[in-house]
Amino acid sequence: MAEPEPPAITELAEINGTSDSRDVLAHATVQAQQSYDDYFVVDIDAHVSEDHFWDEVLSLVDNDYWRDLGMTQFEGFGGKNALLNITPGMSQQSVGGRIGHQGRREPVAGVDGHPFVTAAGRGMDSMGLDYQVVFPSAMLLLGMHPQTEVEVALARAFNRWLTEVILPQDPRLKGMLYLPYNTPEACEELVERYADNDDIIGYTVCSTRNNPVHSDVYLRLYSLIQDSGKPLAFHSGYHWGDPSFAQLNRFLSMHALSFTHYNQIHVTNWIINAMPERFPTIKMLWVESGLAWIPFLMQRLDHEVLMRPSEAPGLTRLPSEYMKEMWYTTQPMERTDMELLEATMKSFNAETQLLYSSDWPHWDWDAPSTITNLPFLSEHAKRNILGLNAARLFNLPTERVKPSAASVLDARPGRS
Amino acid sequence: MSRREVTVASLAELHERGRIVVSIDGTELGLYSHAGEIRAWRNLCPHQGGPACQGKFLPRTIEVVDDAKRAAPGISSEHKSIVCPWHGFEFDVLTGRHVVDERVHLIAVPIRSQGDEVIVSI
Ligand code: FES
Repeated sequence: MAEPEPPAITELAEINGTSDSRDVLAHATVQAQQSYDDYFVVDIDAHVSEDHFWDEVLSLVDNDYWRDLGMTQFEGFGGKNALLNITPGMSQQSVGGRIGHQGRREPVAGVDGHPFVTAAGRGMDSMGLDYQVVFPSAMLLLGMHPQTEVEVALARAFNRWLTEVILPQDPRLKGMLYLPYNTPEACEELVERYADNDDIIGYTVCSTRNNPVHSDVYLRLYSLIQDSGKPLAFHSGYHWGDPSFAQLNRFLSMHALSFTHYNQIHVTNWIINAMPERFPTIKMLWVESGLAWIPFLMQRLDHEVLMRPSEAPGLTRLPSEYMKEMWYTTQPMERTDMELLEATMKSFNAETQLLYSSDWPHWDWDAPSTITNLPFLSEHAKRNILGLNAARLFNLPTERVKPSAASVLDARPGRS
Repeated sequence: MSRREVTVASLAELHERGRIVVSIDGTELGLYSHAGEIRAWRNLCPHQGGPACQGKFLPRTIEVVDDAKRAAPGISSEHKSIVCPWHGFEFDVLTGRHVVDERVHLIAVPIRSQGDEVIVSI
């Protein structure tokens, strides 16, 4: 009898902040191969971070004064936080370095093209994504920047960098325009300027801010957005300096509450002030607050409106009915209690209103398998959530554009 | 398929390095040494299927409470955690169980030493 083949043993390296995305995500690629390789998948929220290329963005600032100040900071003490209102000492997302892909640096030596595009492409291929929507990261807190003119200057520069440098290099990458919401007229100018750009598939307001979304100063902006047919997304975030959150002593606590808090405030104002009646065809998308807050807010607002209808006189239906017509993204999807999650998804018709988002490479990202593994969803619902709802909302073609999972696994370095 | 025994490392090397992660014909597992004991766990996280053994391997964080019930975080000199690099789930290296929710755990792989050889059964 022939001797059995000796086993092939290879050592796998530790995954750290400079590991190749294809290695970090190899298990996700295997999941794709096993259960959703033939699905059309769109990731509505990813953050291949612009802060690694912050000097490129700063160099596009159109105001001479702010550009000079920003570049001086960049070369001096500010580095990739130049002009931004991030507090580095309080940025504890990586849990003391335990989650290495937060703030990761992709190894791209010898690869042609922009490193951002290379990193994004590897991430998309590894997770089995057809398209990915790029959101800003370092700019997520800019709504709290006390110098509103800095928000405008950085918004214009970021939008130029996105549309002129990044998006043209990969048709699978799409963008949402950053709106400097503290300055409505600057938002209007940007919406008009980029109206015909096909790579821009929507508009983003970073939710971490204290602007009332129903304010009359935004009415022309909402009309322009409604007429464009492209969605308006509110991307949530955190702010430890917000007085309520200043009571919380751990990043975990502040993060858990603040991401849901800002979108709850904005949805509440949007509905109670009858914005869905005043802008009936605007497409509202709520990003990165998970799902558990949605049925809470539906029930809470319905309860209040029934008792106090004179304070919401523009409504012709209950708040939950309007909320069922909005769209939501999945991540970070709370799923420690499947019965609760199932009820949550039913509450807002997830089958048609929910869009998969990864948030890659942030620490609390979700793989597409978080959807394919749900025991209570039909295959039809899974396909909708993973890509077909996004295709309908953003008018994306649904032909496959991603490589096969098998070819991605073959091409990966395999060092870790 | 029936299990087979495979010699994967030298015991002295495992004790010295503390953790070695290997793929054996495509089956990935982490070998660990801690407090004179050895363990092997599948490189598969119960959370989202991440490569749990390829993250950090470090002392567990503990709550240090003094006589007056004042609390502060500290670092254990006794327990070590396997930290999944995808989202930070932490598992005790000797029990394979999540440090807060014991129902969440890694999959054990039978491991033994014979002389200086570390042998796993897969
Ligand atoms: S997959 Fe391990 S922590 Fe999420």
